[in-house]
Amino acid sequence: MAAEKAEIDALKKECDGLRTQIEAARKAVNDGNMSSAAGSATDVGRVQLKLRKSLKGHLAKIYSMHWSSDSRSMVSASQDGKLLVWDTHTGNKLVAVPLKSAWVMSVAFAPSGNLVASGGLDNMCTVYNIKAASPKTLRELDAHTGYLSCCRFLSDNEILTASGDTTCCLWDLETGKQKIIFTNHIGDCMSLALSNDENTFVSGACDSLAKLWDLREGTCKQTFSGHTSDINAIQFFPNGNAFVTGSDDCSCKMYDLRSDQEVITYQDASLNAGVTSLTLSNSGRLIFAGYDDFNCHIWDSLKGEKVGVLSGHDNRVSCTGVPADGMGVCTGSWDSFLKLWN
Amino acid sequence: MTINTMAKGGWHRDQMSCFRKMEKVIVAMQDPDMGMKMRNQRLLITVIPHAMTGRDIIDWLMKKYNICEEESLHISGLLVKYGYIYPLKEPRSLVLRPDESPYRFQTPYFWTSTRWPASELDYAIYLAKKNIRKQGELMEYEKERYSVLHKRINHTWDFVVMQAREQLRASKQRRKADRIVLECQEQAYWLINRPPPGARNVLDMGLERPNNTARVTLNSEHYKNEIDTCKRALGRNRVKSSICLEGFMKYSEQYQNHDPIMQGCLPSNPWISDDSAHWTINLETVPTPTRLRVERWSFSFMELLNDEMGRREFMTYLEKEFSGENLAFWQACEDIKHGESSKIVEKVEEIYRNFLAPGAPRWVNIDSKTMDKTLLGIRHPHRFVMEDAQMHIYFLIKKDSYPRYLKSDLYKNMLAKGIVPQETKKSVFPFMRRQRHSSPSPAQVATQATEEGGNTKGAGQAGTNSAAGSNV
Repeated sequence: MAAEKAEIDALKKECDGLRTQIEAARKAVNDGNMSSAAGSATDVGRVQLKLRKSLKGHLAKIYSMHWSSDSRSMVSASQDGKLLVWDTHTGNKLVAVPLKSAWVMSVAFAPSGNLVASGGLDNMCTVYNIKAASPKTLRELDAHTGYLSCCRFLSDNEILTASGDTTCCLWDLETGKQKIIFTNHIGDCMSLALSNDENTFVSGACDSLAKLWDLREGTCKQTFSGHTSDINAIQFFPNGNAFVTGSDDCSCKMYDLRSDQEVITYQDASLNAGVTSLTLSNSGRLIFAGYDDFNCHIWDSLKGEKVGVLSGHDNRVSCTGVPADGMGVCTGSWDSFLKLWN
Repeated sequence: MTINTMAKGGWHRDQMSCFRKMEKVIVAMQDPDMGMKMRNQRLLITVIPHAMTGRDIIDWLMKKYNICEEESLHISGLLVKYGYIYPLKEPRSLVLRPDESPYRFQTPYFWTSTRWPASELDYAIYLAKKNIRKQGELMEYEKERYSVLHKRINHTWDFVVMQAREQLRASKQRRKADRIVLECQEQAYWLINRPPPGARNVLDMGLERPNNTARVTLNSEHYKNEIDTCKRALGRNRVKSSICLEGFMKYSEQYQNHDPIMQGCLPSNPWISDDSAHWTINLETVPTPTRLRVERWSFSFMELLNDEMGRREFMTYLEKEFSGENLAFWQACEDIKHGESSKIVEKVEEIYRNFLAPGAPRWVNIDSKTMDKTLLGIRHPHRFVMEDAQMHIYFLIKKDSYPRYLKSDLYKNMLAKGIVPQETKKSVFPFMRRQRHSSPSPAQVATQATEEGGNTKGAGQAGTNSAAGSNV
């Protein structure tokens, strides 16, 4: 017993030593700071987006939404047990997918537009073909031992999932089997984001860490700390060299992948509600973050200032998304409405 | 979920920040000097003071916070939904009607933020009181809950009934007006904390996230893995911050004109104008792409490759230079990486035959080391077997052909021909220039307001019409 404990202590010490070295290496390249670098950027002014459409149709809390790559359709999931695919321009519902389990927490649209996936407290990720005459269940991916918090398609053949069992997983949709399991987090994985080149992805978890993973090798390439509570949302900056995280500690942070460290924190003394979701505009200049205070606040990503707010929801903003063509933002809330703004 | 916004008793409350704000508004409304004008409620012969109409509430909020009626309706709706104000007529309908309907403030004792979570015992006592007071007063769902509670907390049932009787006795001692008010307050509290079936539970907070890291055993195995991960992480290449930050600045600047939220878009943003012209001229394949789109091809090689039209144009250029096989090879490799697993073997074979075999019809020039490695890998084909070769060709095209393409006449013509759509003015106000920029500077907003002076009524109506039309 004592020998075992001594071994663990020694290993822990080695770990800590390595972590200190990593911090030192990061500090060595840290010769600039975002606010000063952004000094020359033109001011964004006060960003006032107007509510353009309010999509009504769900009967219970909306937990998740995802835009299609055609920037016109969008899928949303609600705990009334339905996935709805919307044509956001006309406001019509295109497809309604009834779910076996109403406790859905995440939904994703495949880049091809043929498939959608959802999952939640049933610990499974179910993939549906929505181009069939009536939505057909293509696959039920059942191997996680915890709830499914987030899923993202790489193509019609591969999907990445994040789960409350602290692992992320890459699945092969043809066989329905797990291809790679990514283990390293020590808290529930809450969200993930794929890089543009689909070679890496980042995940945020309840252990307050964000991790960068190599999709091919299945290894954790880097760990980013700084948050003091669960990370709920994570998105890449459009140039693929950085990502932004949103956390229950009421702040968002941007981490740069090339200099390997945190570059800026977005927080405000008047904001003391946790961040539930976030998304960025096409140029990366604006960050739309949904908070527990029923609002979605807009941040200037470069200057680190709050530049606007989208208010109109009657309950927590649970999901946000900007379509590929960047036309506007969609926010979904526990008040069962989806709102489109620009 | 940890930290922040703790309610009494240390329970984490997400909505606490909202409750505090609502309470500030409520307190302001009850201010003796600047607060709401109170009226009396008449119930047959009883007169109960401290009531107000929905209309009064709306007007007061509009005046106090300088907001429009729509916003005032929304805020007051929230106050009712979360139990800070309750309706006197139709108590089960928790909405704020902007008319003569009477409302009253909820007593702080019953505020959503103070008495939470509502205890089962209290609910049992409340239902028991209702039951005792008048047989058959309980609604169906209340009867069901009452019997469920009776089973669940049977051991304290004597206490429940005793408390209920005691409270009823005490209330009989009060004046009729006070008794009615207290009953209403209690009923309102329970309507929110134990909503009837079908009504949405506004106090629902979602999943209890288990905070146990005991899910992952921190044993020596775990630490050994951690050490490997850390060693790998330590070995990463790092670039100076200043260079990276400069990169973000440049990217944002470069893409600003291409970001419809920042700069608007031509001819118009379909969400605003309901005119889908923008989408039509930007489809995957169009006879003439827009100038902005062609411009993007010069931003980065990936932009060009990700656009189907861009790729086709580039391929035309490469064919002219007799190096089209490079792009074809790259595309074939991409297809393997993202395609079906079952087709990998046949696709690899096809690539070998077309691009790699000696004397192949579209032979690609790869250095001998990479070629040897790839040929070895082909014996056991897998999704990434072409990775090295693909990377080699990718960088070859990127460094060589791509920059030359951007300088070529083919590209320059494309750019010159590129459509720059005319901005369509919104037909409602033909004489008013509609701005593309969705975030006018405050200065502009002010001057617009004065310009619009006479037209505000019309604008409001048009606004609501389009909103009504787009609701599902």
